Amino acid sequence: MTAVEVGMQIDLDNLPALSLGCTVFAGGGGGDPRIGELMAMEAIHRLGPVEVLPLEALDDDDLIMPCGMIGAPTVMVEKIPNGAEGRVIREAYEGRFGRHVAAVMPFEMGGINGVLPVAWAAYAGLPLLDADFMGRAFPELQMLTPHLYGMSGSPAVITDERLQTIVFNTRDNIWLERLVRNCVATLGGSACGGLYPMTAGAARRPAITGTVTRAIRMGEAIRRGGEDPLSAIGQVAPLTRLGQGKVVDIERRTSGGFVRGSALVEGLAADKGRLFRLEFQNENLVVLEDGEPLATVPDIITLLDLHTGHGIVTEGIRYGQRIEIVAFPSPEVWTSPEGLSAVGPRAFGYDFDYVAVGVRHG
Amino acid sequence: MAERGRLRVGIDVGGTNTDAVIIDDQAKLLAKVKHPTTSDVTTGILSALRLVLAQLDGAAAGISHVMLGTTHATNAILERRNLNRVAAIRLGGPATHSVPPLAAWPADLRAAVSCGATIVDGGVEMTGEPIVPLDEDAVRRFLDEVAEQAEGVAISGVFSPVLSDQEYRVEELVREVLGDVPVSLSHEIGSLGLLERENACVLNAALVAVAARVTAGLGDAMTVNGISAEAYIAQNDGTLMSLDYVRRYPILTIGSGPTNSMRGASYLTGATDALVVDVGGTSTDIGILTAGFPRESSTAVEIGGVRTNFRMPDLVSLAIGGGTIVGPAGDDVQLGPGSVGYRLTSEALVFGGTVPTLTDAIVAAGRAHGIGDPSRTAAHERLLRRAVAASDARIEEGVDRVKTSGRELPLIAVGGGSGLIPDSLAGVAGVERPENYDVANAIGAAIASVSGELDRVFAYGKDGRDEAIAEAVRLARDEAIRAGADPGHVEVVEIEEVPLAYLTDPVARVRVKAAGPLKTH
Repeated sequence: MTAVEVGMQIDLDNLPALSLGCTVFAGGGGGDPRIGELMAMEAIHRLGPVEVLPLEALDDDDLIMPCGMIGAPTVMVEKIPNGAEGRVIREAYEGRFGRHVAAVMPFEMGGINGVLPVAWAAYAGLPLLDADFMGRAFPELQMLTPHLYGMSGSPAVITDERLQTIVFNTRDNIWLERLVRNCVATLGGSACGGLYPMTAGAARRPAITGTVTRAIRMGEAIRRGGEDPLSAIGQVAPLTRLGQGKVVDIERRTSGGFVRGSALVEGLAADKGRLFRLEFQNENLVVLEDGEPLATVPDIITLLDLHTGHGIVTEGIRYGQRIEIVAFPSPEVWTSPEGLSAVGPRAFGYDFDYVAVGVRHG
Repeated sequence: MAERGRLRVGIDVGGTNTDAVIIDDQAKLLAKVKHPTTSDVTTGILSALRLVLAQLDGAAAGISHVMLGTTHATNAILERRNLNRVAAIRLGGPATHSVPPLAAWPADLRAAVSCGATIVDGGVEMTGEPIVPLDEDAVRRFLDEVAEQAEGVAISGVFSPVLSDQEYRVEELVREVLGDVPVSLSHEIGSLGLLERENACVLNAALVAVAARVTAGLGDAMTVNGISAEAYIAQNDGTLMSLDYVRRYPILTIGSGPTNSMRGASYLTGATDALVVDVGGTSTDIGILTAGFPRESSTAVEIGGVRTNFRMPDLVSLAIGGGTIVGPAGDDVQLGPGSVGYRLTSEALVFGGTVPTLTDAIVAAGRAHGIGDPSRTAAHERLLRRAVAASDARIEEGVDRVKTSGRELPLIAVGGGSGLIPDSLAGVAGVERPENYDVANAIGAAIASVSGELDRVFAYGKDGRDEAIAEAVRLARDEAIRAGADPGHVEVVEIEEVPLAYLTDPVARVRVKAAGPLKTH
């Protein structure tokens, strides 16, 4: 789905829907979008709605600015951004490339990063592109689609609330991830950044299009869905229901700068007697039953609140929650051999191959 | 001072009734009374106390503790009345400018509470390092600007739950510039989540005058009735605060009503895992008891339209109660939202009034006996029958929403209007109607325990995880003992650990809660 309604805007009415949609497509990662939503609300309140543009509306040599926050979303709940970070990143790129940025783009369409760029677009008076480079949320900087096409994340610009800027020109994207991650820790655990700057022409191959409007439609469907949010969700994106249950155990540990852990979910209603095991590294990675995978990355695995249909971030999983475990098909680009080597189950240390959830449960 | 006895008084101020009970130190109920809540509230407390004492000869001298649960603070916020004008100072610039203080507040509440808000440079990282140095000059300039209007000051620093030095420093500056104005510090009130903590801190500062009136009123009511005892006020997690504590943290009283009724229901039935439905005059609260305590909400709680991050019982609230006005809506029936409230005994049909209410409906249905004159409902029979059906459906749906599993649980029916609850409901293992169901709230207040809580980010690097957790447990226990718990019986009731994602060093948010019975003298 790439069609954008003509004149589509993000305003105070549909912003909450965008935010809600971002909880569903995050696959458990990316943090609670709430702070991004409040920032965007404030920016739109002051400066008016943000125009949403399809990638086709830009000329080949228009410069786009993929951006978002990097680090711990739980830090941003305290240390809220200044608001000028987007401008600082933009000025760094405009100085570097000697031309104006034509549009802002979320590099990650899930969690807080699906909403934060809306605030920066509003402050800059720039349109927001209806596309991103993940089609969901992922934890690392080489897990963006341009990496699969051999494109460089550099020059990357990182800035903090003090509006200090650091520009990275790295040997490859693995070094970029390593250096940026350390830098973000020094800056206090969360920072804002621009990555993989490129022209609209160069973005046509890696961009996953239509993801901003899809998230808005998803949020609107859930809000309209009332008593039956799941069927509302299924009408916006192909949804596989893996099981309904209650969280009966949750365990988290920190390793290598990430939160890894698992949740046990005891089946309810039609799934009574079943036991599901969800494993995550910031994002949800796999759902297992009797040791066998029911779904794996890069398919988008999300825990939905049974009553509201809201997506639950991995930090927010609690004992006793009643949830529905669902999966959405991965953006196609991640299911190629190159894609799977970057973000497939083996990339996260599992000893099994990816089987599309639609095929497995078809 | 004369030697104190072993009696406790529990008082609950609800929208319709003010209830009072006397229990002994074995928590045996000795006396109870229901009295209409008065518009000034305090008179109602005084009268309820006088009436309950009159049931027990010479009780006043034997009372060691008085516990009050009250809706004063909630009502002040909901009605935007009697609130202090607050100057809000956030220590966090250059961070946080993207979402100013009070940004998402309802405009009328902001107008009633705020006399100015500012963000000054300051605050700390989660490690406790300053983000930038605190701008004390900016604090002084702001205080000069608001000096004429400010009746309270709310100070909220970024990551102040980790390191609170700056909030204390700014409190000193307030003393220098404004003198003896009430000050609220965010790290003493809320947990992590700057905006929610700041909201709670500002609301807290706005409630200081209300708290002063409540505590003074309770003191007067005790003096007039010849009671010399320790006074406590119930807070929203089913534990107690001293009056000094309430004057400093009035916001913590919000939500204590439903908690008290659930704790009281547990006491009355001995059940520790059950649904509790409390039907009052204007509203019905449905909650779940887990191990004898209300299950807490995991999502942000709104108070008067403002998001806070309080521990609150996870409730489904319905706007129906015994006083709910029933009217026709075409072919169907309309329940409320209006209620006759404390005028039930003069306005309802069964009491000779002219307004059909849900109380009339359940009397007509034969579910309640000995209430007024059933024959007066005859003219409205069809309407009242439909009202009962509609009310049953609402309660059944509410019960299903609050349940977290398909397992059938017993349901405890409490509150003056609990005749509204039918004898059988889907997903319910049976409806229990304990004796003294009508004063469950006041009993809950009388048996409340004392707790302490700690919520902080720890860097595990230096001392390791085990030491950090041990430190957290120690601080929570100390907090409980400081609040009046018996040091010999304080237990850790909850430890929650959430590693902060995406960072290279192991850092985690640790939350510990300890609680114990009140220390007796």
